[in-house]
Amino acid sequence: MIDGFLALYIFMLAAFTGYEIIARVPVILHTPLMSGSNFVHGIVLVGAMIALGHAQTPFEMTIGFVGVLLGAGNAAGGYVVTERMLEMFKSSKPVGKPNSGKESR
Amino acid sequence: MSWLPTLIKACYFLAAVLFILGLKRMSSPRTARGGIVWAGYGMLLAVLATFFLPDMHNRGLIIAAVLIGVSAAWWTGRRVAMTAMPQMVALYNGMGGGAAAAIGAVELIGYVRNLALLHPPGIPDTSPLRPESWAINALQPVPAALTLSPVELTLGVLGALIGAVSFSGSLIAFAKLQGWLDKRFVFPGQRAVNLLLLAAAVLIGILLATSHASLPLIVAFFVLALLFGLMMTLPIGGADMPVVISLYNAFTGLAVAFEGFVLGNEAMIIAGMVVGAAGTLLTQLMAKAMNRSIGNVLFGSFGAAAGAEAQSIDGAQKPIDAADAAVMMAYAERVVIVPGYGMAVAQAQHKVWEFAKLLIERGVKVKFAIHPVAGRMPGHMNVLLAEAGVPYDLIADMDDINPEFPNVDVALVIGANDVVNPLAKTDPASPIYGMPILDVGNAKHVIVVKRGKGTGFAGIENALFYADNARMLYGDGQAAAGQLVNELKTLDD
Repeated sequence: MIDGFLALYIFMLAAFTGYEIIARVPVILHTPLMSGSNFVHGIVLVGAMIALGHAQTPFEMTIGFVGVLLGAGNAAGGYVVTERMLEMFKSSKPVGKPNSGKESR
Repeated sequence: MSWLPTLIKACYFLAAVLFILGLKRMSSPRTARGGIVWAGYGMLLAVLATFFLPDMHNRGLIIAAVLIGVSAAWWTGRRVAMTAMPQMVALYNGMGGGAAAAIGAVELIGYVRNLALLHPPGIPDTSPLRPESWAINALQPVPAALTLSPVELTLGVLGALIGAVSFSGSLIAFAKLQGWLDKRFVFPGQRAVNLLLLAAAVLIGILLATSHASLPLIVAFFVLALLFGLMMTLPIGGADMPVVISLYNAFTGLAVAFEGFVLGNEAMIIAGMVVGAAGTLLTQLMAKAMNRSIGNVLFGSFGAAAGAEAQSIDGAQKPIDAADAAVMMAYAERVVIVPGYGMAVAQAQHKVWEFAKLLIERGVKVKFAIHPVAGRMPGHMNVLLAEAGVPYDLIADMDDINPEFPNVDVALVIGANDVVNPLAKTDPASPIYGMPILDVGNAKHVIVVKRGKGTGFAGIENALFYADNARMLYGDGQAAAGQLVNELKTLDD
């Protein structure tokens, strides 16, 4: 398995990465971003698959099955919902509406 | 097949890179769409690679569960309305927490099962010196890989605890936002009970982690953890839910990272930890925007102390009709529209955008000003406006727009209340005192679209409605916006 201190370094660096990525996100993207990060921890599906792959007794298999079910829901639901939200974000500029040049900012 | 494990590890590595790059691209509206697609490819890659791991059993069960889970979530995710987005995020997040807890449970139960093989109940000492243990040990050899080291055990238990709390807590958050659980559930001594529940869960967790694991203890542990998540979330009011969902999102990330360590899966560690950190920051940002500390949200109760001595406001609300309001804005130079969740509830965002487009055609400079906590989740209002087709460069944040209000001719407040209430600045007795607000009152004229004379979501009187420069346009958001559109059209005839 993974060496303890090596894991600690991974934990630390990943935490900084997460913090830095989000620090520069504009407020308008907070909801899609929360949903997007929600999708990313859908990787739990992989873990649930491994756990179900290890399961031997019917009891373990039942819990593992529920775990994979939930993990798959997390990943798929998170993706669909985030993609739907981000699809809608459009700028007025490239669309080239005749009146879009009038706004300030 | 010695290259297969390496290939699988490489896939996990690539997935982790795609997750980080994807999240990075999501930090700008222009590249955000691509970001989620990249992260999606990463997920697909990681899931496919997992099927080829060695020593995997129950492949049929795995495929069945994945197919059912994916299609159910896909189906609901495609159909849910944008206004219901916060509770859907809560629901999917809770599922992730539940999955993490399930991983912990399977690993712990498997650990106990292997322990029993190493130390059969009848034979306390299984040292190789005792002949009776030879036979059993020889019969059921337990590979070292199937037992857990103390660190793995501790993190596994911790991840299971956090995941279970996130699971039951998120489900309560979902039920509350969905309107299934209207009332807050409060009783005397609640905090002590919750603390006791947590202490009991942690105590059993410590027992589990220090090799006192047994099946009844594991069951008790999960029951207590789930109950704690339930009890912790029940007393929190609907207005605070965004902070809670964001917090549980970070929780699930942490749980995933810890369980990833137990399984020796680097992609889970990295993705989980990135989300854990990002979610923590996001939670802080949200709590700050609402002027609440995270501790206050979790353990305080909104409006319990205040409210008794609510300041009475002198003056009267001055009504205006749609025709006058339309004329006022048609001949203004700068108009700022301040939408609130009430606008989305009335499904008025499309009409409001139609009205704004008509104004823009007349040469009026129009902007939308959005409070960080407008809607039911930070940024939720932006999503709702985007759905109606409002370009994101017409939308301004609170910090950008506040200094501009003195130069604004008309501020149109539609469906917003507490986020424009000056009492948040002036009345220390107000429950929302200290919350940053949009300084709408500084505009030359304010038009407030409101259904009636009642108070807002938090039940607080709004001093803005009584200000000298404020006029009330009574009516349902959708109807009022429709009237404004019609009045504006007749102006041109």
